[in-house]
Amino acid sequence: MDRYLLVVSTVCFLAAVVHTAIELRAGVFRPMRFNFFAVALGFIFQTAFLSVRGHELGRCPLTNLFEVFIFLAWSVAAIYMLIGPAYRLSLMGAFTAPLVVLLQGFALLAQIDIRHPVKVPSNSWLEFHASISLVAYGAFALACIAGVMYLVQERQLKTHHLHSIFYHLPPLTDLFAAITRLLWWGFALYTLGIVSGFFTGHPLPRVQVGAALVVWLLYAAILQGRHLRWLAPKRVAALCIIGFSAALTLLWGITFTAQMHSLP
Amino acid sequence: MNLFCIGLSHHTANVATREQFAGGATAESIVREAGCTEALLLSTCNRVEVYAVSQGRISTDEIARCLMRNIDTDPHDYAPPFYRYEAEKCVQHLFRVASALDSMVVGESEILGQAKKAYESARTSGAVGPYLHRLFQRAFRVAKQVRTHTDIARGAVSIGSVAVDLAQRIFGKLSCCKVLVLGAGETSERTARALISRGVSDLCVSNRSMDRAVELAQAVAGRFVPFDEWPAQCREIDILITSTASETLLLTPEKLAPMLRERLDRPLFIIDIAVPRDVDPTVNGMEGVYLYDIDSLQSVAEQSLALRRQQVAAAEVIIAEHVADFVDSISRGLHPASQTGELTSLGKNSLRVSEL
Repeated sequence: MDRYLLVVSTVCFLAAVVHTAIELRAGVFRPMRFNFFAVALGFIFQTAFLSVRGHELGRCPLTNLFEVFIFLAWSVAAIYMLIGPAYRLSLMGAFTAPLVVLLQGFALLAQIDIRHPVKVPSNSWLEFHASISLVAYGAFALACIAGVMYLVQERQLKTHHLHSIFYHLPPLTDLFAAITRLLWWGFALYTLGIVSGFFTGHPLPRVQVGAALVVWLLYAAILQGRHLRWLAPKRVAALCIIGFSAALTLLWGITFTAQMHSLP
Repeated sequence: MNLFCIGLSHHTANVATREQFAGGATAESIVREAGCTEALLLSTCNRVEVYAVSQGRISTDEIARCLMRNIDTDPHDYAPPFYRYEAEKCVQHLFRVASALDSMVVGESEILGQAKKAYESARTSGAVGPYLHRLFQRAFRVAKQVRTHTDIARGAVSIGSVAVDLAQRIFGKLSCCKVLVLGAGETSERTARALISRGVSDLCVSNRSMDRAVELAQAVAGRFVPFDEWPAQCREIDILITSTASETLLLTPEKLAPMLRERLDRPLFIIDIAVPRDVDPTVNGMEGVYLYDIDSLQSVAEQSLALRRQQVAAAEVIIAEHVADFVDSISRGLHPASQTGELTSLGKNSLRVSEL
């Protein structure tokens, strides 16, 4: 039953993707309310899914790779809903929707919704650790999306070929400010997530700790490079994309290892 | 009741012909002399048009005679450039004009203001009645909808406005931007003024001829910088407008590289409108530097125009819907305005679409 909610949610996000693709193809893209409403509706169904699953499990629904992917997609949509309109980055919805469709589509199709044979006991520190880390991933995902937008805008300005979408993208400096803020928020939340991991009462597998530290160091290096002005904005934007791709791969690794150790 | 439009525009007449009919009449005089029930005169530099409502048919010659400034001229001389649209075609034409689809520069914004002004003037003189009131109110609504729902007004189409538009795409608000104008030519002055109109307040002017630079600096409320000191300003500025008569390149990657190291995360927008160019084109390949010369600015303007033309089809769809709805509501007398008693004189079939 709960999977139907997720299917409907994915369809909503897919509608935003298709709508954007059609408009871009026709050269008449406008960040209309449709995208925001499609993403908002998708978010409501995501939330409903997580709520139903949470009630069923009696804890935060982060017990397998499937739920991790959905929670991550939910974090991405939630942060977009929070920061998109506030920073006048309405077009971000057009870039956010494909990422959510990919995450949810993969989760639905890959047969990774493996239920634990025994009910996993509730552990508030563990749930806090897992959920806050995934919200941090959501911020990193949005930074990655803003990075893509930055590179698209920058490329058009450099080549002097301006498409319809150019006039709807935020100014370069605004996009870079959004990237920086998202990186700092993501980094702070991720640090909190790592620290809280030490209070779970479980022995932490070395592979997980090592992978988490790699992600932490990666983003710390980007922020340090930015702070010391070693990295130009274009490189920061590119590193946000590379960083998130690496973080997503490591998240898979962490979750996979956790499943192997029967830990969420 | 007949609704019609008679006029001439840049499509049908040259400026010498247009000026013979501009400024010679008012909406009130057309009502009085031609015997219209209602009339409105839209006179701009690109068009002279009369929108009118009459009980019987009024000939094009008669309207042309009213418009003519020189009463000795035979209106037949001017009959060919006049076009005439009636009823539904007239409604469609007005909606296209108000939406700037019929303008010389498609999507320009002035025409809507000019149409509003013409309406206001005719209304004040009592030449506008219920028909034209409804028609023009709807036209203003259509124009707004077209501008909101299509990209018809997107992108700049002149060199100065393209430069300003690009600056806004890079920096967002221009109020915090520092600008250096190198060379005190007419084009750089126009571009500087366009930037000032969008909020730039910190502006320096440098030129080989000190007098001209000081004069321009005073004119744009900027600061004068001696010509040999301008390279030092590149560490501070966000936008460089250059248009000197120099035969050699003033800015090369070698000169710019050390300056960029001190301003890593701030973009530098260079507008090189000099011919021959002042800035080495390879500068555009440098991190954070966006160089536009006169050709690339022109190319962006052409892309904007092409983009606007792409939007015409979408705008025509909106207009067609409104034309059908307007004609239908007039024919059936079901327009909300008529229910308020504003249009009590309009009865069923008051606009005879079959006459078109």
